[in-house]
Amino acid sequence: MTTALRNDAGSPDLIREKALWMRRTALKMVYDKQLGHIGGDYSATDILATLYFGVLRYDSARPDWEARDRFVMSKGHATGVLYSALCAAGYFPEDWLGTYMGPHSKLNGHPNRNYLPGVETNTGPLGHGFPVALGIAIAGQITGAEYRTYVLTGDGEQQEGSNWEAAMTAGHRKVANLTLIVDRNRLQQGAGTEETSALDPLDEKYRAFGWEVVEVDGHDIPALLEVLGSPVGSRKKPLCVIANTVKGKGVSFMEGLAKWHHGVPSAEQYEQAMKELV
Amino acid sequence: MAEAATLTPETFDCRKAWAETIEALAAADARITVVVNDSVGSSNLGGFREKFPDRLINVGIAEQNMVGVGAGLANGGRIPFVSAAGCFLTGRALEQIKADVAYAGFNVKLVGQSPGIAYGELGATHHSIEDFAWLRALGPITIVAPSDPWETAEAVKWAAAHEGPVYLRISRMKVPGLNVPGRVFTPGKAEPLAEGADVTLIANGTTVHLALAASGVLAGEGVSARVLNMHTVAPLDDAAVLAAAEETGALVTVEEALVRGGLGGAVAELTSANKPVPLERVGFPGFMPTGSVDFLFAEFGLSAAGIAAAARRALARKSG
Repeated sequence: MTTALRNDAGSPDLIREKALWMRRTALKMVYDKQLGHIGGDYSATDILATLYFGVLRYDSARPDWEARDRFVMSKGHATGVLYSALCAAGYFPEDWLGTYMGPHSKLNGHPNRNYLPGVETNTGPLGHGFPVALGIAIAGQITGAEYRTYVLTGDGEQQEGSNWEAAMTAGHRKVANLTLIVDRNRLQQGAGTEETSALDPLDEKYRAFGWEVVEVDGHDIPALLEVLGSPVGSRKKPLCVIANTVKGKGVSFMEGLAKWHHGVPSAEQYEQAMKELV
Repeated sequence: MAEAATLTPETFDCRKAWAETIEALAAADARITVVVNDSVGSSNLGGFREKFPDRLINVGIAEQNMVGVGAGLANGGRIPFVSAAGCFLTGRALEQIKADVAYAGFNVKLVGQSPGIAYGELGATHHSIEDFAWLRALGPITIVAPSDPWETAEAVKWAAAHEGPVYLRISRMKVPGLNVPGRVFTPGKAEPLAEGADVTLIANGTTVHLALAASGVLAGEGVSARVLNMHTVAPLDDAAVLAAAEETGALVTVEEALVRGGLGGAVAELTSANKPVPLERVGFPGFMPTGSVDFLFAEFGLSAAGIAAAARRALARKSG
C-alpha cells in the first residue's frame, strides 16, 4: 500500500493515467458484479482523479488524520469511481475491489465510513453529503483548522431540498473553506435534468445564495487543477464549481445516454469498452 | 431500596437544567457545539449564545441541513448537540438521523425539545409522540427521557461524555423533582422508585411522578405496586423488566408517547418473547382531538387515577 501526502503536486499526465486506471477498474467491478452506476462513475472520474492525485492533502495510512482535507462523495451511488480512487490512493489493497457488493464486503453498494477507510460519511440517499460537508467546514471555521472540505453532488441530486438549505447556510455564514462541485452531466436516472425539474441557470442560483461560482469543463484536467486547487485563503465566500461533464465519458456507446445511469455492459460491450479505455 | 422515592412540592421546567448544564459543559470543553433551527428561545439557549456565539450554529428553519451539519461537526472533532422541537427534529430529519447519524455512527447528540404533547392545542403536527418508536427502530441511538431537573442535568453530562449517538427528550412541562436516597443516573439501568409485589408500573419522563402517585392510590386499595423509572428507552433495561414480570406478574407502562413502538412496545416485545405476563400500556393512541396538555393527559389516562385503573386491568387479567 502506498502512502500519499500533499498530493497537490500531481501532474496532468499522472492524473490522466490514474483516471484511465479508475475507469477500467470501475468497469470491471460493475461488469463482474452486474451491478453499479457506470454512467455517473465516468462523468465524475476526472474530477475524483484530479482531487485525489492533484489537490487533496491526505495520508491514506492515517485515514483519521485530523488535518486531512475532506472529500465527501454526496452522489453515493457512484461507488465504482469512488472505490477506484480510494484504492488508487492507497486506502485499501486492490484485492478488496473483487469483493464489490459481495457478502460482508467493505465495498457496499453505497459508501459506509465504518466499513471503508477514506469514506468521510455515509451517502447514497441523495442530498445528504452537502449538509455534512458544510458541518465539517464549519468545524474547521470554528477552530481555525487549515483543512479544506470538498463535496461532489450529482446535478439531478440538486433537486433535493436539503442542498438548498445547506447552500443558504453556507452563503450566509461565508463558509469559504467549502467547495461544492456539481457533476453537471445534465442527465438524471430517468431523463435530462432540464426536462425533469430544470436546474438552469444554476450559476445564478448559487451566486444569489452568496457563493462564488466557476464553470469548468469537468474532463479538462489542467482546468480542474486550477479551479479546485485555488487557495482557500483568497476567498471570502464558499466556492461552487459547476463541472460540465458527459455521462459515460470515455466509452463511445455510453456517452450522453441516461440509460447508462445504472446500465450494465454485456460481454461484447465490456470488451469494446476496455478496447477504448487505453 | 428501603424507602420509596418522594416528590418535591415545587415543580420545574427541565429546559433550565438543560441550559445550565450545556453552558457549564461548554465552558469546560471547547468541543461542545450546539446546532439549532431558529430554536434558540425554545431551546433556552439565549445564555449559551451570549457566552459562546461561535459555538452556536443556527442554520435557520432547515432540519435536514441541521442534522447533516451536526454529523459534519462530529467528523470535524466537535461534540455537537442538535437541539430543536422534538417533532421536527425527529420527523422532518428522520432520514438524516438514520443515514448521517445512526448508520454513520457519528457522535451526535440529538435534543428533542418540548416533546410529547407539550404543544397540546397546536395539534398532532406539533406533537412528538412518535419519536421513541422512530428512533428506537434505528438501533444504535441511546434514547433517554429524563423525569426531572436533576436527571436532565445528569443525562446531558452523560451524553457529552459518551461516544456515540444519543437522543435526549427535554420537556418544558413543569414536573416535580424526585427525592431518591443515594440517587445515581446510570443510562440503560432502570431506577427503582418504590418496592411492590403485585404489579409494576414502568414510566419515564413526565409520567414518572404520576406513576409514583398511582402507586399511592393502589396502596390505599391494598395493592402493592413496584415503580420503575425507565429513563432509558433504548437500550431497555431487560433485566429489570423481566425481574418485574417474574416477581410481580403484571406490568403497566406509562409514557407521554405513542403506545405503539415506544416504551410500551419495547416492554411488550421483550416480555412476549421471554416472560409473557399481563401488560397494559398507557400512552397516546395516535392523532388526538384538540385540547390542552391537561385535557389530553386526563383524557388518555395519564393520571394517578388512570394509571391505577390500568394496573387494576392488568391485575384482573393476571388472576383471570
